[in-house]
Amino acid sequence: MKIVACVKQVPDSAAKVIVENGQVTWGDAPLVINPWDEFAVEAALVQKEALGGEVTALTVGTENSKEALKHALAMGCGEAILVSDPALASTDSQAIARVLAAAVRKIGDVDMVFFGRQAIDGDMGVTAAQTARALGWPALTLVSVISSLDAGSGKVSVERSTEEGRQVVESKLPAVVSVVKDIGEPRYPSFMGIRKASRAVIPTWSLGDLGIGAPVSVVKWPQLENAPVRQVVTELVTGSSSQEIAEQLADKILAEKVL
Amino acid sequence: MSNKIWVYIDQFKGQPHLASWEALGAGRSLAGALGGGVTAVVFGAGAKDIAVEAFRHGADEVLVADDPTLTDYRAEPYTSLLAKLAKEASPDVILFPTTTRGREIAAMAAVDLNTGVMPDVTALDVQDGNVVVTRPVYAGKLVAKAVCTARPQLITTRIRAFPKPEADPSRTGTPTEVSPVLGEEAIQTKVTGYTEAGGGVSLIDANVIVSGGRGVSNNPALNPPSGLDEKQAEIWRAQEGFKLIGGLAEVLGAAVGASRAAVDAGYIPYSHQVGQTGKVVSPDLYIACGISGAIQHQAGMRTSKMIVAINKDAEAPIFKMARYGAVGDLYAIVPALTEAFKKRLGK
Repeated sequence: MKIVACVKQVPDSAAKVIVENGQVTWGDAPLVINPWDEFAVEAALVQKEALGGEVTALTVGTENSKEALKHALAMGCGEAILVSDPALASTDSQAIARVLAAAVRKIGDVDMVFFGRQAIDGDMGVTAAQTARALGWPALTLVSVISSLDAGSGKVSVERSTEEGRQVVESKLPAVVSVVKDIGEPRYPSFMGIRKASRAVIPTWSLGDLGIGAPVSVVKWPQLENAPVRQVVTELVTGSSSQEIAEQLADKILAEKVL
Repeated sequence: MSNKIWVYIDQFKGQPHLASWEALGAGRSLAGALGGGVTAVVFGAGAKDIAVEAFRHGADEVLVADDPTLTDYRAEPYTSLLAKLAKEASPDVILFPTTTRGREIAAMAAVDLNTGVMPDVTALDVQDGNVVVTRPVYAGKLVAKAVCTARPQLITTRIRAFPKPEADPSRTGTPTEVSPVLGEEAIQTKVTGYTEAGGGVSLIDANVIVSGGRGVSNNPALNPPSGLDEKQAEIWRAQEGFKLIGGLAEVLGAAVGASRAAVDAGYIPYSHQVGQTGKVVSPDLYIACGISGAIQHQAGMRTSKMIVAINKDAEAPIFKMARYGAVGDLYAIVPALTEAFKKRLGK
């Protein structure tokens, strides 16, 4: 099995993200691998361990995105590749998908590409499906279980999480998969893994290396603001007993006509 | 097919997802600003019946495709058909409800149509003939405006962010049938079945959510059965706590939510998690029980219309977001609240 796990570097989910002078800042909070992508790396490693082969971590970003790749290496990926190019500043999701697709083609003979369900910065949740489309491969999104995978016959069977429950889908390979948390808790990087990752040389590919020009980006973000502060006056309900508190609370909630 | 505004109607086994009508209502508002009518698009089993509903909810024209290759939602044949229709008719905008299917088909159609996708938007505006969308990013910590310079502009509307139009039974029309573009042999995937979701109300669609956090396991008065180790006893206590949460939810017709701390501790399955790495919800009423209100959790529920907090720690950040709060033991207050609502709601 030749597997690619796509990752993104994002501000930590506990970061206090704000806009200052039109720029997004997150203070001294660390940049980390997107938490959803850890599940993608985990899923990729589980398949590699079962079937043999290799997992390559892939990202598009600036030089400091290598930290996310190092985390993937420390978890157990064999290789990591950074795609970085000045022409990729402020690209939209479709352009990123085309770049990722070109990188997957350059890696060559890939059976599966794993993604997390979405990145916690842009919250778009479209890159896996768009990369699949750019590759012309089936997209198996929001996968919670990989029931069977057979590289020999080129088939995979998965359960996808949808609003109504799980959809069981069989697909031919190669395919793109995005995973949700149910796929399994990501492992912690081992001490040996961290040492190996810290010494790893991560190749950087430019658009020229991929043999493509800068893809056109058509989505623009003219304005970014802090979310409006919640205007709320909190009223604490008190009483001599839980019953009394509950009775008052129920009356107040019903008076607000939210039920 | 000359309407500038199209709306994709999402359905599952012949039942339209109600957020489709919210998208259709948003489409009508855009048509008011940009001119022309609204075309609804319905694929899959029962598409013609759903078309009747689409007319009633404001569509001027409905395109339907019902074919064995389209019976179940599959990304490839659905995307290929939508993209082909859009290439022929060149709409300015295609709206989709932000269901799992709506987001996926919008994303993939954007690649086929070489245009942009703007998912999960909470507001729409028109400036100089362009649609300006409002999207929460960083789990709602920030709000961005976005525009797409290519056509069509593919936009998915956040569930419950737009009002659902009233159905008007006097509105009728004849749907236009269209044919699929992919034969079965050209489709790489097969749907082999479904497993039902656990019972209860879906979090995303819920008007009311009752959520539990780490605090649901903090009842020292409960004596777990013998033979459990410390962790098992903690989970047993938490599950007793979630029974109380579930009891309140049942009386209110609410969905049951949970904080990440509760999910990570193994108290309740991940499908209940509300927060940045769980579901983002905006119910009319959110009752947080034993939840401190970490940023991670706030990100998933801050757009709730009204928040009520029950927590024994008066300093918990959740109280800053709450309209009403009760400082105290959730093991006593939640069952009492369930009884109080039972009385008042005649249940």
